Amino acid sequence: MTDQLPVAVRMEGITKRFPGVLANEDVDLEVRTGEIHALLGENGAGKSTLMSVLCGLYRQDEGAISLLSNGGLRRVDIGSPRHAIELGIGMVHQHFKLVRTQTVAENMIIGMDGVPFRLDMSQVAADIRELGERYDMLVDPTAAIWQLSVGEQQRVEILKVLYRGANTLILDEPTAVLTPQESGQLGSALRAMVAEGKAIVFISHKLDEVISFADRVTVLRQGRNVATLDVGSTNKHELARLMVGRELATGVPKGDRELDQPVLVVDGLEALGDRGLPALRGVDLTAMRGEVVGIAGVAGNGQQELAEAITGLRRITAGKVTVRGVDCTGKTPRQMIEAGVCHVPGDRLGVGLAGNLPVADNLAMKTYRRRPLARGPFLDRKKMGSQAKRMIDEFGVLTPGPATPARNLSGGNQQKAILAREISAGRDFESGAVLVAAYPTRGLDVGAIEAVRARIVAERDRGTAVVLISEDLDELMMLSDRIAVLHGGQVMGVVEPASTTIEEIGLLMAGERRS
Amino acid sequence: MTTLKFEKRLTTPTYVKWSVPVGSLMLALAAGGVLLIAVGVNPFTAYGAMIEGAYGGRTALTETLVRATPLILTGLSVALAFRMLFWNIGAEGQLVMGGVAASGVALFLPEAAPSIPQSPWVYLPLMGLAALLAGALWGLVPALLKSSLGVNEIITTLMFNYVAILFYQYLFTDPWKDPAGFGFPGSAEFGQFAWLPRFSGRLNFGILVGVGSAVFLWLVFSKSKWGYEIALIGENERAARYAGVSVFRNIVLVMVVSAGLAGLAGFAEVSGISHKLQQGLAVGNGFSGIIVAWLAKLRPLRVIWVAILLAGLFVGGDQIQITLGLPASISQVLQGAILLFVLGGDIFSRYRLRLIRGDGS
Amino acid sequence: MDLVESILSIAVFAGTSLIFATVGEILTERAGVLNLGLEGMMIMGAVTGFAAALHSDNAYVGVAVAMAVGASFGLIHALATITLRTDQVVAGLALTLGGTGLASFLGQKLGPGGSPLVGMTGPRFLRVPIPGLSEIPVLGEVLFNKDQLVYAMYILVPLAWWYLFKTRPGLHLRAVGENPQATDALGVNVFKLRYLYTIVGGALAGLAGAHLSLAYTPGWTENLTGGRGWIAIALVIFATWNPGRAVLGALLFGGVNAIQFRLQAEGTTISANLLNMTPYILTVVVLVAVTLFEGFRTRVGAPAALGLPYNREERT
Repeated sequence: MTDQLPVAVRMEGITKRFPGVLANEDVDLEVRTGEIHALLGENGAGKSTLMSVLCGLYRQDEGAISLLSNGGLRRVDIGSPRHAIELGIGMVHQHFKLVRTQTVAENMIIGMDGVPFRLDMSQVAADIRELGERYDMLVDPTAAIWQLSVGEQQRVEILKVLYRGANTLILDEPTAVLTPQESGQLGSALRAMVAEGKAIVFISHKLDEVISFADRVTVLRQGRNVATLDVGSTNKHELARLMVGRELATGVPKGDRELDQPVLVVDGLEALGDRGLPALRGVDLTAMRGEVVGIAGVAGNGQQELAEAITGLRRITAGKVTVRGVDCTGKTPRQMIEAGVCHVPGDRLGVGLAGNLPVADNLAMKTYRRRPLARGPFLDRKKMGSQAKRMIDEFGVLTPGPATPARNLSGGNQQKAILAREISAGRDFESGAVLVAAYPTRGLDVGAIEAVRARIVAERDRGTAVVLISEDLDELMMLSDRIAVLHGGQVMGVVEPASTTIEEIGLLMAGERRS
Repeated sequence: MTTLKFEKRLTTPTYVKWSVPVGSLMLALAAGGVLLIAVGVNPFTAYGAMIEGAYGGRTALTETLVRATPLILTGLSVALAFRMLFWNIGAEGQLVMGGVAASGVALFLPEAAPSIPQSPWVYLPLMGLAALLAGALWGLVPALLKSSLGVNEIITTLMFNYVAILFYQYLFTDPWKDPAGFGFPGSAEFGQFAWLPRFSGRLNFGILVGVGSAVFLWLVFSKSKWGYEIALIGENERAARYAGVSVFRNIVLVMVVSAGLAGLAGFAEVSGISHKLQQGLAVGNGFSGIIVAWLAKLRPLRVIWVAILLAGLFVGGDQIQITLGLPASISQVLQGAILLFVLGGDIFSRYRLRLIRGDGS
Repeated sequence: MDLVESILSIAVFAGTSLIFATVGEILTERAGVLNLGLEGMMIMGAVTGFAAALHSDNAYVGVAVAMAVGASFGLIHALATITLRTDQVVAGLALTLGGTGLASFLGQKLGPGGSPLVGMTGPRFLRVPIPGLSEIPVLGEVLFNKDQLVYAMYILVPLAWWYLFKTRPGLHLRAVGENPQATDALGVNVFKLRYLYTIVGGALAGLAGAHLSLAYTPGWTENLTGGRGWIAIALVIFATWNPGRAVLGALLFGGVNAIQFRLQAEGTTISANLLNMTPYILTVVVLVAVTLFEGFRTRVGAPAALGLPYNREERT
């Protein structure tokens, strides 16, 4: 269908190495004008690296890039992001590249050519309004970025790229931060752009999205090309097989749920966010012994604050947290640890690990205070090492040894180490521990994802009350016994996977309370 | 096009671990050499005279160890705080306050409490304790301001230096001035019960206080729960909070001990060297402690050796002031240069310099 | 009235060098580089500026040399922190320690024939009343009967403000300190800008030192800057990284200096040592007050990437 369209971008034989990592090896990619081209692959398959090469952020070690100019393809050497923009290539990164303290209009013109020395912000604002109307992506040019929702920020990013005259747009996992409905809107905006003859590459690891958005798809695996296909002539199963290299496991078998025995009860919980504004506004939640309660919601609707409030890391302004019948409101993180509340934080290296410290030290974070590791004020480093070896063996953490800095482990093994620590800490609580797991599989490869999910279910089957925060609805549907949907710091509704649909959850995520 | 690029090393070979700091040191000395040539002095003569003056012979060596005593203590003080990424730049003021408190005990306690036996066995521990507490108090205020309100500790600890120095100058020029001192600024001399015992020349018991403190901190860092918590906070404060460590409590505790160590340095100076409160207590030992700590990579036992090395620089600097007529501040210049070069050189042990050839397009 | 006039007049005079240093540090920190070498750069500017003026018999040459020396210290800081990625706090401290030592060394050597500079008198900036304006009651004396460097400061502050908030390079400067990754991705050269503003900050610190040794307290003495570089760093926080507000803070400190002078001139019984504590105590008090009342806003006000090295291809 798109065969007749001229080629906009051709990347040939691209190789990119990082110290100790081969991120891309001999990769080819061809994108045509007027098409939406999906770049599909697991995390770590090299999608983002390839696109960073195309937008000038990294320089390839080998290979060539050609772009359409004056009706023919011409070899280019993209030396910098600025150069890429000049060549009409613009990238919308997964982590937005916005200056939070500046306005939308200011963000539009940073680094742009042809901006006068003396700024004329009213002209820029008018341009933004016009552009927004053209693609139905309205946003207030005078608002500061930090005042915008995540979806609006994404619009700013896309408008920014268009404003600079990009003909080729690269979008890195654009729907990860959107509700299903917002994703639909984004899809129609992208359609309008390709109808004008632009070329769009979007990076994804979600098969449904690729099928519904793209015209063609290129699949990467372990840094190499696997295939390029017309979306019309393929299907989800084929794509999944190409992406992973084997059939995907469909689910994790779960044991029967135990009888109602509440372990964690959250009642009317309120807390402030980092900016001092209310982030939780009366959350009620109960997790039973041997139950996984999923927390769904668009990022930034109170998930992080909820996890922190339950684990004592964030001050509670109103409401109650009860663990196994004991009121734990306002307890310190240490007291919550001692009450059997385990926590897999969303930010692995930011919160969950001290990256420069050895794995053994990291594995001791919850147990160093008590015997056998501690003796009075002293710490037994030998026992710390043997504890680490035990955990490494049991949980299959791949590391050169307990003395290796945690930073040097792969993401999946860092996560396994955190799980090993938290699950081990929870085992001392026969009557059921609480495990708050925030985005436990984010950024992991498929093998690690399966291992982590299996662990969580095993803990549930052992009697732990699990609170699972995730942005991956498939994961929530697969693992949860019940799903609570957060929006604006409130629970919009609690549904059971067996009797709900993605669409219903989507509506709740968008803030429509269940009647 | 060929460009140079830094590439992260996955492991650092042993020869790099040694050659990089040694090379940095040489470059710093070379930079100092340029300055020496500029003022018409042969750098080899100057450096030779410095080494001779610092390490040549028993007198020189004891004098170097005398100079090293406060540096060991302030170096440890800074190393402890920096381990937790608490930027205590206030060792100078904490040292001064320690010296003031120890002097206060030595000068006024005998009169105020004549029943206390005037024996070194009683007075020296009392003076040490007073110095420890005074230093700690001087560090406690910035620590509390930081941990409860988030006030920038670099500036508060630094400002406290100036206040402490002015306060101490006020004391020995005005209320504590010796009436029998022929108008010279300075307090009366302490009674002999307040003198730290000497080994050789001016070398006194203070150096053992320093070495003992180093061993204590080594135990804390490598064998204790507290050391583990400090490392955790220093590496990742959010992870420490997450592990249930009270950051507030640790900032206060670390600063009390850190500032207390600096206070002890003040005690060793007045009780071991000057035997009175007078000019010469605030000569930058607190600031040099920062250099000692950093060059020792914040390791307590290494602090001892680096302090002795740096003390040699000072003693040697004094020496060439006499023999070559060079300003003694040359040693301060060299200190700064050494720190800067060692800092800058560190990247070569963490990264590898790679030559990248463009593909010719 | 006379008292107020004289205090305000000295406040402006004393505050000028603080303003130069503070505005320079604001530009540097806005680019994401913390320069704790300010004190060292100021004192190096003071000693070299005075020596150059002495030898050339021209105060303007002194200013030029002081700024050049400050700028080269800025370059060293940039090289150490941006290219060699050393810790910004420690590198700054090293510059202050080394700079203080070097200034003391040079102070002993830069006089005629290698003699000490202490006690020498050389050319300096004198009061140049602006015709007409200096006749205005009170304000004329306070603002328009000053030396040329004070007048330069009047131009610098609004210029810096306008540059920062109303121009294209100002927009880039603010962006670099806030989100270097984003700014780099948009084609702004993060390294170049950080180098540039660290050097500019150093040059202004040199100028601040020159105002001390060529106008405020003409001549060279050891420890001439007396911690003004550190006070300027505190003022940057007080000013919430805005050049306009820096003036307020600098005048506050200048005013305290002025009151101190008056008290001493009138023969107070309070010891000079105790009186001299006031600016340092005031710095702490102001810092606490700012953190208390605006704790939230200042954390927003500080450039988000301040103190962090930037490395484009680093993978975490």
